[in-house]
This record gives sequence, structure tokens and C-alpha cells, in this order.
Amino acid sequence: MDSAVILERIQGRFAGRVLATGDFRGQHSVTIAPDTLVELLTFLREDSELDFDMLMDIGGVDYQGYDDRSHRFEVAYQLYSVGWNHRFRVKVAVENDTVSVPSLWKMWGLANWMEREVFDLFGIQFENHPNLRRILCHEDFEGHALRKDYPINRRQQLSRPVEMLLTDDPDWA
Amino acid sequence: MGLESQVQVPFVTTTVDSVINWGRKYALWPMPFGTACCAIEFMGVVGPQFDVSRFGAEVVRFSPRQADLLMVMGTVTQKMAPVLKQIYDQMPDPKWVVSMGACASSGGFYDNYSVVQGIDELVPVDIYVAGCPPRPENVIGAIHKLQQKISGESTADYADEVTK
Repeated sequence: MDSAVILERIQGRFAGRVLATGDFRGQHSVTIAPDTLVELLTFLREDSELDFDMLMDIGGVDYQGYDDRSHRFEVAYQLYSVGWNHRFRVKVAVENDTVSVPSLWKMWGLANWMEREVFDLFGIQFENHPNLRRILCHEDFEGHALRKDYPINRRQQLSRPVEMLLTDDPDWA
Repeated sequence: MGLESQVQVPFVTTTVDSVINWGRKYALWPMPFGTACCAIEFMGVVGPQFDVSRFGAEVVRFSPRQADLLMVMGTVTQKMAPVLKQIYDQMPDPKWVVSMGACASSGGFYDNYSVVQGIDELVPVDIYVAGCPPRPENVIGAIHKLQQKISGESTADYADEVTK
């Protein structure tokens, strides 16, 4: 299904809750608030004609100083339907780092590590995440490296070896 | 001198340093600390085409306790830095360090928050190898340079380490 048609369906069903829509070279996207996320993604996943069974990626964006939009961050979800071979992009507007986004780890186990990555590099909080720790930067790292206000020359050293992740503890997953 | 008639068999006179350094420089045991593509290039150095065993440095050890040459090949992140330091500390003296390639020597083009800007922030480096990645000839050149350096060393340099 063409992404324009998918966007129309979302606008029909979530009328009034769509904050913005995007069209980049025929790839349509929708921007929503965090409290609509789970409902929208459940719809996209469960609807048999949409059937987005695969979460390809989660990415963070820091729009500080970019334009005059009211929210600072966005979290972008790239969805793919293996059966229909179509794709769609959902963006969540995150006002600042005190606002949290619902975690999707129960819908897609894949979301676990990706949300940790977005948290690590942008400091965006994910609600009900089982283990929201840093995943790329070391434990002693202060701040969030991909934020626009992170000093480009700032280096942070780790003085001790990190613990090896050889464990069966599910909380470490 | 007259000694020949006393000893009866052929012999040479030399210094202890000359003999020990001669042994050390032709029996370097490298410990590969490979974190990126430079380590792939090192496989070519050890392989039959370039064959570093011609220069006595082919006994690659994967335990720092059995090695005296630390080859740091590739990007070292801040998270990896304590591991490199620990491996260096585990090596017995005398030991030498070769920093292979742009990333290990200076951080390379990873001038960012996550990468150590040169491993000399962590461990003392004897030889830097330029390149991204360096050609195998360049690595063999580094081993030659290190051999020259070892020739000029004195066993007295390590006296402190031995008595520690």
C-alpha cells in the first residue's frame, strides 16, 4: 500500500490527534503526541491491510536551534510490513527531556535496545522500559552525546573496566 | 692475546646487552589488540605473502602474559580504554607497544565524544605506524624500527622492574 494511502487511513481514524504530516520524496510520515503512540502503533500492527509486523529502527532527533517548532525532540519509528512490503514512518513530538515516551518493548522486543540507544544519546525517557540504562556510552558518561548542546570537544574518560555482561539475569537483557 | 691457546675451542667475546638484545629483537611475541580494520591488515602481515616470521615476530599470542609486543590495531573507544590499559599491565617486562594506523595513533577521523584521541593517552607507545590502514610493508617497517630500538637498549633499563 502506498504511504499516502496509509497516511489517509491514520488521519481518518486519529482525526484531531495528528500534529503534523510529512512527505519527503513520496515517503509519508505522521507526527503525534506521546500519549497517542501505543494506540496508533497497535492499530498499524493489528490492521490486516496494514500489518506492520516489523519495527525496523527507532531514532532520536534534537531540533534545538533548527526552527521554531514548539517541541525540542522527536523520536522516529520506522515500520515495515514483511507481508505487504510497505513502509511507514511515525514521529513522536517530545517537548523536552521531562516528558517520557511509552516503551514499545512488549510489542516489539527489538525496541528494548533501540530505546536504550535513544535514551543514551538524547536523554529521552521511555516509560515502563525494563532496563533503561546506557547501551553505547560508558556508565560514567555525563550528559547525552548527540544533543545539540553537548560540547563538541568534550571528552569523558572511563577509569575502570566495565562489568562483563555474561549473565542470565533477564533484567540485563 | 694468547687466550686462544688457553681455551682450545673457537669463541667470541661480547657484552651481555648485545646478546640479550639480539635474542629479544628477533623473538618478539606479538599480542594483537585488534579492534578494527587494521587487525585485518595484520592478518596479511602474518600470512604467507608478507610473512612476518622472516623477522622473528610471528608467534602471535592471545594472552598478554605470554607476549612482549602489544600491537594496538584499530579504534579504541573510551569504553574500551580500561581494557587496553589492563592488558598492557598484564604483560611481563620487557614489553613494547606498536600503535598501528591512524585511529590508534591519533583517533583518526573519529574526532568525537567516544574515541580515545591516541592510545598514548593510556600506554607508552614505542612505534607509530602511519596509514589507514597501513600496508603490510609498513608494519614490517615498524618491526624493523623496533628492532633497532631494542638494539640500543640496556638491560640496566629494566633493573628497576626486575627488583620490583
